[in-house]
Amino acid sequence: MSGTVKKLYEIEQEQLRINPLPDFQTGDTVGVHYKIREGEKERIQLFEGVCIQRHNGGLRSTFTVRKVSNGIGVERVFPLHSPRIDKLEIKARGKVRQARLQYLRERSGKSARIRERGKA
Amino acid sequence: MNTACGLLGKKLGMTQVFEADGSKTPVTAIEVGPCTVVQKRTMEKDGYVALQLGYLDKKEHRVNRPEMGHFKKANVAPKQHLREFRVTKEVADTYEVGQEINIDLFSSGDVIDIKGTSKGKGYAGVVKTYGFRGGRSTHGVHEAYRHGGSLGMCQTPGRVLKGHKMAGHHSHKTVTLQGMKIVRMFAGDNILFVKGTVPGSRNSLVQIRPAIKG
Repeated sequence: MSGTVKKLYEIEQEQLRINPLPDFQTGDTVGVHYKIREGEKERIQLFEGVCIQRHNGGLRSTFTVRKVSNGIGVERVFPLHSPRIDKLEIKARGKVRQARLQYLRERSGKSARIRERGKA
Repeated sequence: MNTACGLLGKKLGMTQVFEADGSKTPVTAIEVGPCTVVQKRTMEKDGYVALQLGYLDKKEHRVNRPEMGHFKKANVAPKQHLREFRVTKEVADTYEVGQEINIDLFSSGDVIDIKGTSKGKGYAGVVKTYGFRGGRSTHGVHEAYRHGGSLGMCQTPGRVLKGHKMAGHHSHKTVTLQGMKIVRMFAGDNILFVKGTVPGSRNSLVQIRPAIKG
């Protein structure tokens, strides 16, 4: 790493979240507690679904969560280090072979299931 | 004309910062200064008033003799980059040759103008350069997929009008951005975070001055 890039990297490191989120992978079912501001009030919204993609980029890391809401697929990209993420729960660990689960978009019902990791 | 003294800097790259309310702001990191005043242009001698600033030290064996003489005269270490900033006489009088100017010239929240050289795109067609739509790719059209179409009228005027947009060298030009905002400042590291994009590639030279407009 050259000197200038290193300096930028160090500045980015200072902004990383203080309490890291639990370790999760693509295929895991996660619940994201996301702070939403409505006017003056702040409330927490739960977005629960399968993590289908993780993008690692230091401070700029993101992850994508997919859920099927009323028959319509919804995907949401969260910045991993966003202060708006209050909490992240891991509901289930999934066993998948791909790093990005884009094939889930074309599937529904039985074929969209993900086997659980750590079970026989 | 912008008559405030500025600084030279180097674009480091882009990143993002999280604001207090959790929103993200895209920022460009610029390493700014410290710069040294190498020469002062005066009305009597040069016909205009300016400060010549030097940025980044250069190894002595890379400097040729005429250049060395220039730096010796000012009694400063040889610099990689020399740029002039046109200023008023009052501003020029507040600086001395050999004086170091650093990032303290600016503070967080300031509005600045940034000048740099945009990334060259080489010889580019009208679709890339001007956003022309080009032609159809099907329905019998051949060899006109990314063409600009007609160049003008018939025997009257019998020529192509001046300034007609055609293919040619695209970018690698001096670009000035006005009204850029300093989002954060790291004075110890000489780094500024400016909201938005800045012309040029990483490590390219940029000139920064206080904003000419509001």
